Amino acid sequence: MILTKEGFRKMTLKEALEYPSKEELVSLSLSVIEEQDTKLNAFIYVNKEAGTGIPIGIKDNINIHGLPTTCASRILKNYVATFDATVIKKLRKAGFAFVGKTNLDEFAMGASTEYSAFGPTRNPHDLERVAGGSSGGSAAAVASGEVIISLGSDTGGSIRQPAAFCGVVGFKPTYGLVSRYGLVAFASSLDQIGPIAKTVEDAALLMNIIAGRDEHDATTVNREIDFTKFIGRKINGLKIAVAKQSFSEGVEDGIKEKTEEFVRFIEQEGNEVDVVDIPELKYVVATYYIIAPAEVSSNLARFDGVKYGLRLSGKSLQDLYKNTRGSGFGEEVRRRILIGTFTLSAAYYDAYFEKAQKVRRLIANKLNELFETYDFIVTPTSPVTAFKVGSVSDPMVYYLMDIFTIPANLAGLPAISIPFGKVGHLPIGIQLMGPRFSDAKLLGFADCLFRTTHSQEVR
Amino acid sequence: MGRYKPIIGLEIHVQLSTKTKAFCNCTADVFELEPNTAICPVCTGQPGALPVPSVEMFELGVKLATALNCKINEYSRFDRKNYFYPDLPKGYQITQFFYPLAENGWLLVNGKRIRIRRIHLEEDAGKLLHAGDSITEAEYSLVDMNRCGIPLAEIVTEPDIESPEEARIFMEKLRTILRYLGVSTGDMEKGALRCDANISVLDTQTGKQSNKVEVKNMNSFKFVEKALEYEFDRIVGLMEKGEHVERETRGWNLSTKTTVSMRSKEEAHDYRYFPEPDIPPVILTREFIENVKKTIGELPDARIERFVREYGLNEKEASILVEEKAVADFYEEVVKKTNAPRETANWFLTEYFRLMGEHGTSELKVTAETFAELFELLKQGTISRNIAKEVFQESVLSGKSPRVIVEEKGLRQIDDAKELEKIVQQVLEANPQQVEAFKKGKEGLFSFFVGQVMKETKGKANPKTVNEILNKYLRGS
Ligand SMILES: [Zn+2]
Repeated sequence: MILTKEGFRKMTLKEALEYPSKEELVSLSLSVIEEQDTKLNAFIYVNKEAGTGIPIGIKDNINIHGLPTTCASRILKNYVATFDATVIKKLRKAGFAFVGKTNLDEFAMGASTEYSAFGPTRNPHDLERVAGGSSGGSAAAVASGEVIISLGSDTGGSIRQPAAFCGVVGFKPTYGLVSRYGLVAFASSLDQIGPIAKTVEDAALLMNIIAGRDEHDATTVNREIDFTKFIGRKINGLKIAVAKQSFSEGVEDGIKEKTEEFVRFIEQEGNEVDVVDIPELKYVVATYYIIAPAEVSSNLARFDGVKYGLRLSGKSLQDLYKNTRGSGFGEEVRRRILIGTFTLSAAYYDAYFEKAQKVRRLIANKLNELFETYDFIVTPTSPVTAFKVGSVSDPMVYYLMDIFTIPANLAGLPAISIPFGKVGHLPIGIQLMGPRFSDAKLLGFADCLFRTTHSQEVR
Repeated sequence: MGRYKPIIGLEIHVQLSTKTKAFCNCTADVFELEPNTAICPVCTGQPGALPVPSVEMFELGVKLATALNCKINEYSRFDRKNYFYPDLPKGYQITQFFYPLAENGWLLVNGKRIRIRRIHLEEDAGKLLHAGDSITEAEYSLVDMNRCGIPLAEIVTEPDIESPEEARIFMEKLRTILRYLGVSTGDMEKGALRCDANISVLDTQTGKQSNKVEVKNMNSFKFVEKALEYEFDRIVGLMEKGEHVERETRGWNLSTKTTVSMRSKEEAHDYRYFPEPDIPPVILTREFIENVKKTIGELPDARIERFVREYGLNEKEASILVEEKAVADFYEEVVKKTNAPRETANWFLTEYFRLMGEHGTSELKVTAETFAELFELLKQGTISRNIAKEVFQESVLSGKSPRVIVEEKGLRQIDDAKELEKIVQQVLEANPQQVEAFKKGKEGLFSFFVGQVMKETKGKANPKTVNEILNKYLRGS
């Protein structure tokens, strides 16, 4: 073996693609997982028969034919996927090896991976702390070098926030660029699959593989995008908006300081920065927590104990439903199903769901308006750094952490979280958000900044 | 018209004859397939599967909406109707609640417009097989998902129907249209066409109207009429006694020939409709709609009118011929060969329909050539009209050509004057008393002699020639 474990852990996708012995990569990945994962718990399932290829971690709400898809839920504990997700088909063809299914908050609902039926994932930078969520397993697996790269899914920040907590790159593409076929739906109008990577360039390389119109997903769009088009280039002279809310109450001081530092940094790099008030941010959490649970209440109706997964019988059909769903779903999932059932009910539809849809459009309009003036909008990815496992119990505190990441989902925009140093020993992420289909340029700009801060070469 | 008047509206589900199901690539032709053999991740609601709407479903929907004179909405969207039931794998049905495919149409029934409120597309549910009478009593139930996801068009009428009979005629007429369009088999017994009805009763003396009752499970045209008749009488009975008519859903019970309460409206579901996020709104371009409209052939009402105009039939005859598209098509095919629309219609409405009724269409080995040959044989005087009926029946049942049958059985008409003269002479000689009576003025006996000649010739004699010879012998002219 030429490559050491240490070498493997730092290996980027770009390097892996060129590495001749893919077999070696899989066995290195499996041995790092074996060594690390008892403490990290990034994986729900490790695939010892991953074969040959570039080792990738797949969030366990994405179907790989013949492997379990648990969604970190008791209700799907024994479920084995009956088909490949479209992204999996593409990755298979591109020579990737699926070394395991990564941990998440149950059905991707959460921001810490604590709501997993298989226990929380720990942050590689501090094992006392959470890895973020819901794609906590995917972020921790990349940050710890268990895999070269991973796939997450992002409904309200589930790729970007754990990437920020774990000090890696997380990219949520424009809605419709990556097929959701085979991704177990959380909130269909918000969900999008994307990469969690060690570098921005890796994220772009993976996007070139997984993106594209899919005949199995009616919400995908037909756009030929080369996501690596602007990678490795010097990009400046842009107009950047920094949300005023980045410095408001509720944002940790350390993060405010890092965000200020980032603003100075991009100015030094030759860009123009304005601080812009986006008052609509006040409504994003409320809007999101009406729309997402509404879709959840419907999307999760199929888990009824009739066809697959957990079945707890009873005296009647009603009992079967109650027993199976009552015991199969965790508390947070049940909370969201109840909220969604309520907001969609005939008596409250107009007051909640319909109104939330309107506000969603207002928020999207406001952001699109800003993009007429600015190339990108900058915020911290999360108002907080990784917190201690078990330290947050109030769901409202929890929900408010999504304030900066949710807008991109509500408006279907591309957004990326890149690591920008640390507060204490904990990494922080800066989010850059662009207009729809600006993905390649957004990745290019993020790559340029990432290279400068990580002393990578820029042409 | 009595004191009480029924007010009826229909909710009709039509299974569309698309190649694939509504949102996946499974075949939609699942009748008689083994349970759970026409299924896939999408139509069984596997985690991660997504629906993709079929274009063909929209084509058939647009055809139907056009035939029912509806306004077709260019902006069409799917919604989710949420409820739990084991035959509904996703826990919701994809339907069109907020933006239906089409609205504001009508269908002419006995010269009266029955207004169509809306037509929308949706997916069918699966089938349950209970090991017991019902899901609540069964020890277990089996689920067959073959039917899951088959496209349906739901047609909702305004409450314009004024009698159970009119409801039946509406349904029959709709079926004819469905078959003409080729959008559905329209088979009620097989569930390809389903009808629920809302009925309320107006007391024309007091102006009081009863609550609405929904009637379900009427799985034949006859039962639509019977169930509504029963329900009308039941409601009138309650009204006459001054009793309350409950707002409820009742099912037609085949064995008792009554309707039975299924559930009251008060316990109706809240279906929590909301826009289907997995399917973007469907924009039907003007071009798409126009192209589909172009593929619609002649519709039944227009065809009836044309049959009257072109073929000189009366409206009743034309209606009967047009009702089944296959029959009307065949009629026209035959007319092309025989060039005798009137005569062809006579044969259709008598002999051909009789044989179809007795033996079933699939048993009949009849082609346009059968008619053409038969008409030719008649025209040439090779066979008589009576013999022709016999030959037709045999030809249609055996598939042999009329000409072959005539030859094989020696049914050729005897037209040879010399031969017939011999037979006439024999008949006259054998019946001297009748000849005597005739000559004394009993003119009515003429047909007796004709009959005797026919009997002798087993019906093969040319009646015209027989008449001539008999006249010569009996009247000397
Ligand atoms: Zn299917």
